[in-house]
Amino acid sequence: MPASPLPEQAPLALAVEEVSKSYGSVKALDRVSLHVARGEFVALLGPNGAGKSTLFQLLTGLFVPDAGRIEVAGFDMRHQARRALACLGVVFQQPTLDLDLSVVANLRFHARLHGMGRGARARIDAELERIGLTARAKDRARALSGGNRRRVELARALLHDPVVLLMDEPTVGLDPASREQLVEYVHSLCTHRDVGVLWATHLVDEAESADRVIILHKGHWIASGTAAELRERTGKRSLRDAFLDLTGEASVVQEEAV
Amino acid sequence: MPAKRGSQQGTPGSDPLHEHDLAATDQTEPRIGLAAGELARSPPASIVSHALQALLALSSRETVKFLHQRGRLLSALVRPSLWLLIFAAGFRDVFGVAVIPPYSTYIEYQVYVVPGLLGIVLLFNGMQSSLAMVYDREMGLMRLLLTAPLPRSVLLTCKLLAGTFLSILQAYAFFAICALFRLDLPWWPALLLALPAMFLTGLMLGALGLLVSVYIKQIENFAGAMNFVIFPMFFLSPALYPLWKLQESGATVVYQLARFNPFTYGIDLIRYAMYGQMNWLACGVVVASLIVFLGLAIWGYDPQRGAVRHKRQGS
Repeated sequence: MPASPLPEQAPLALAVEEVSKSYGSVKALDRVSLHVARGEFVALLGPNGAGKSTLFQLLTGLFVPDAGRIEVAGFDMRHQARRALACLGVVFQQPTLDLDLSVVANLRFHARLHGMGRGARARIDAELERIGLTARAKDRARALSGGNRRRVELARALLHDPVVLLMDEPTVGLDPASREQLVEYVHSLCTHRDVGVLWATHLVDEAESADRVIILHKGHWIASGTAAELRERTGKRSLRDAFLDLTGEASVVQEEAV
Repeated sequence: MPAKRGSQQGTPGSDPLHEHDLAATDQTEPRIGLAAGELARSPPASIVSHALQALLALSSRETVKFLHQRGRLLSALVRPSLWLLIFAAGFRDVFGVAVIPPYSTYIEYQVYVVPGLLGIVLLFNGMQSSLAMVYDREMGLMRLLLTAPLPRSVLLTCKLLAGTFLSILQAYAFFAICALFRLDLPWWPALLLALPAMFLTGLMLGALGLLVSVYIKQIENFAGAMNFVIFPMFFLSPALYPLWKLQESGATVVYQLARFNPFTYGIDLIRYAMYGQMNWLACGVVVASLIVFLGLAIWGYDPQRGAVRHKRQGS
């Protein structure tokens, strides 16, 4: 498996090296390596069942990999879990706001879980202002639209100023306009706040504007590069066709290997 | 589309998300972000202060949510009150309770059942708040908790303490109901002395709930927990009648089961404490059960466990 080369001096937000994970006899991830630099927007593109969710479960410390290493901002997920998790911001695929609590109470809850102490208040205000929801701070989360709930979740993930932001299919259930907005907003975070973003999706158009696209298929790392590079490599006109080509080819290769 | 968004946010026609990142990021924002970030991250905030903040987060969330849900508040009080008023009133003449420790005189049946009913308040809430973590609706909370930068054992202990705090609030609310019906309880020392006993028992039952939440996947809703955990524990205990009654009536198996029920000892601990006496056996069993339940629950929530299980399956 050709691992993408790791530039030594660049400050890596996230490094995944040769990570494998099996459930029983099913190999959900097979020696997957990838890295995200600070300020970089990396799209993790894969059809359903590619292993994206498994990878995110490992990245968020829910499970540990059978083999391989995960480092967040240079901290090992297994041996320095506390410091690694402190540098990690996550927006989960499923909604995780407490709908009975107010927006600000949801954010405060997170700030306390992260032990942010007195600095929390200013950070909450700043993040709410940034997403334009200051006026709704006291509203119950239940009163917000789906798009606004996602924004609050994003604000929450950024509250402790993470080095890397994990977004697990974050646009599920959003209308096209909110979807586009979210992608653009996260891009601006990379530029202005130097956050490294790993954005998992099965939607090719969300990957189009990424600094780099990593294609995952059946638990294998398939390809990595800018959308243009992937198009060039496959000789296809769109990233979509390149993606289909690469994943189609991959399954053939895999069958041969078996 | 912009019109729809605008109407939701009260800023017609604008794109607040965008406006803000453009306006804010260049100047003040990154500075604030970095300063607070440093504060949050380095040095890794003292674990004690961090743990206390997590405890505060979980307790306040649990309590606020509980108080918001009037139905839950009501049912938490109605449940033991029904037992007290209807059941106990009906049986007061059927069961004659002999003078057994810790009682020094004859007591009314209603007085006898109070420690047991306090126990059921603790049992019910302990199960509810621990199992709530694994229900679909609350799944989000679990994932948030597990990505918080604290050792899992600390997080689970905070969660347990938060649930127990709420249990004890409910127990005192039940005391208030007992007072309302002018029960002949040893009020002054009982209210205070029951506290540590209820705290330990509440912790033990909450820890049992955590343990159940890890290992028993079949209990997917609260009804399951009611049938398979709460009711058996309640009925196989001295909550409603002294255990010697079981022995006397020849229900030996039931008696033996009750003797191996940790809830039995939780109730005894509370009952003795209310009368200013210490039941060392009960205390020992409760503390030991707490340690075992919590230890197994922490072990169960350990991320390494997935790996362990896999190895067993794979080989």
